[in-house]
Amino acid sequence: MQSLGIDVLLKGTNMVRLLGGLWVAVRISLISVAISIVFGVVMGVIMASKNRVAEAICHVYLEIVRIMPQMVLLFIVYFGTTRVFGINISAELSAIIVFSFWGIAEMGDLVRGALQSVPVVQYESARALGMNDYVLYTQVILPQTIRRMIPLSINLITRMIKTTSLVMMIGIVEVLKVAQQIIEANRKTSPNAAFGVFLIVMLMYFIICFPISRLSMDLEKRWSQN
Amino acid sequence: MSETLLTINNLHKTFGEKVVLDDISLEVHKGEVIVVIGPSGCGKSTFLRCINALEDIQGGEVLLDGEKVRKDAKNISQMRQRIGMVFQSYDLFPHKTVLQNITLAPIKVQKRDKKDAEKEALELLKKVGLEDRGNDYPRQLSGGQKQRVAIVRALCMHPEILLLDEITAALDPEMVREVLDVVLNLAKQGSTMLIVTHEMAFARAIADRVIFLENGVIVEESANPEEFFEKPETERAAKFLKTFEFERE
Amino acid sequence: MDFGVMQSYLPLFVDALWLTMRIGWEGIVLAILIGLLCVIIIHLRIPVLRHIVTIYIEVFRNTPLLIQLFFIYFALPKIGIRLSPEFCGVLGLALLGGAYMTESFRSGLDNIAAIQTDSALSLGMTRWQTIIHVILPQAVRSSIPGLMANLIFLLKETSVFSTISLMDLMFTAKDLIGMYAKTIECLTLLVIFYLIMLLPVSLIGRVVERRMRYAEFGD
Repeated sequence: MQSLGIDVLLKGTNMVRLLGGLWVAVRISLISVAISIVFGVVMGVIMASKNRVAEAICHVYLEIVRIMPQMVLLFIVYFGTTRVFGINISAELSAIIVFSFWGIAEMGDLVRGALQSVPVVQYESARALGMNDYVLYTQVILPQTIRRMIPLSINLITRMIKTTSLVMMIGIVEVLKVAQQIIEANRKTSPNAAFGVFLIVMLMYFIICFPISRLSMDLEKRWSQN
Repeated sequence: MSETLLTINNLHKTFGEKVVLDDISLEVHKGEVIVVIGPSGCGKSTFLRCINALEDIQGGEVLLDGEKVRKDAKNISQMRQRIGMVFQSYDLFPHKTVLQNITLAPIKVQKRDKKDAEKEALELLKKVGLEDRGNDYPRQLSGGQKQRVAIVRALCMHPEILLLDEITAALDPEMVREVLDVVLNLAKQGSTMLIVTHEMAFARAIADRVIFLENGVIVEESANPEEFFEKPETERAAKFLKTFEFERE
Repeated sequence: MDFGVMQSYLPLFVDALWLTMRIGWEGIVLAILIGLLCVIIIHLRIPVLRHIVTIYIEVFRNTPLLIQLFFIYFALPKIGIRLSPEFCGVLGLALLGGAYMTESFRSGLDNIAAIQTDSALSLGMTRWQTIIHVILPQAVRSSIPGLMANLIFLLKETSVFSTISLMDLMFTAKDLIGMYAKTIECLTLLVIFYLIMLLPVSLIGRVVERRMRYAEFGD
């Protein structure tokens, strides 16, 4: 029985390199999520405002994001822009652009949904109590929408992190790429390393994503009860 | 006295620590209409659910014609076919038409001929004034209509006894009447029924026997409903009946 | 843009589309079956199996398809399990999809009131009859929106198949760019072919979803 390669990770700086790769993936997703939240809220408010033109544009935008694989978008931004505009943008910037493009659409839709999910009677009863717009929104409407939005936006983070695995396709050295390099470098001494190394990478993703999606689920459950 | 159809011996039911039904015994005779009343949370609905073995029980037994009704028994499906039940909420199957709702169990469970089942269903629907709604979906009906369909659905299985669990509690006031009229008709035709209700006037009109349940025990039982509603023997029943009266001081 | 070049690439892209769609649909059909099986196991609270199902769902929902595929394609052979790339693609998609389908069906199931089970049982139906005639039809219907979203999500995910050397759309585009550097032409074709594959699904999905929602459950 030959070793299944977990020992390879204990050699030299391999584990540190792998974790470094993971950090690259997480960093890209965190930056993208931050951008998505800020601009997503803006987009959501615009969509909920019932402006016909804005609505139409947003719909086309949402549909593009809905049906184009992120990988295709990555290719377009990374390879396409260089060709068309002659600008050379780095792979990491391309990734952030694509993930933000995707995230803003998703967040925008979430915000719109949350804003529209507050029943009309909530507005009416607040007005009947004599509240002005400021009190109405800060005390009644926003607290309800935020509770709906937070779990879903947390969920978006895990989806972003999972999708960052694609960025190796445009040459970013993230965790999966590092894993491949390690397997390649140890091909002679440890031919079965693929098993152990990929297993560990899978575990790493799981350890990061599982608690986050749990948190999102728990919050959703807790807040939907009252 | 006609023969006994349903016997409940020392029924005991708990939810965790809480005792819901404590040592309840009751005999229901063929053709008899028994009305169970009592304050909310007294265990009335649980009582009916235990009879149909929809709940685990912690003691006692339910016998239908001498045969045990047990939740985990092999013959539970057969036993439940003999006990019809109608619930408070509109519990029709939303994905099936009125006719399909009624004939689903006769066809799938009793393996009856589809044509026969549909014929009978239409006859029963006619009796409750809904003969033209057979192809509608439940959402197209009003609450009262849904509840009448639910009664027909139970009847189409030819149950020997019917359990009605607060069937008008979720209805708008103007729809209560149409449902209760159907039940009154069934009583006239000699159906055996065990009814949980909050409609005191209805209870008084239909009951052969009244049972007053409080905190999981039978506080008072009366074979003379008129007398019970006028002058109950126990103070607790009197206090309960008083809550249905209004006075302006 | 060089339309002549695009025309000459066309047959390659058509082949790739065909392969992508075949693997996609095979995987999705399997995913739906896995989802139904798992949700029944969860619903009936079958001991042991339901814990396995839970672990399976959590693992596959919380790791990327790319690493799942790498594991199936590169790692499993090391312990003696060797599968063709195409089979790996179908399997990977089916397992990932199965986890998501289970979740959709489960939330559909959660929307069905417990009283529905009670009333079916009180009519003398067995547990199986209740599930087949009453619970499952409703659960499937109320999970249609989730199912449609999964469908599009899974068809999109097929874009990672190129990494295990399946000649799908992505692979073809990448390959042609690498060989002839006709980047714009290839990217345009890539977008067009993904639109051909996904736009109809997206549109049909919306129609079905709307019909299901309004025709069956008015309230």
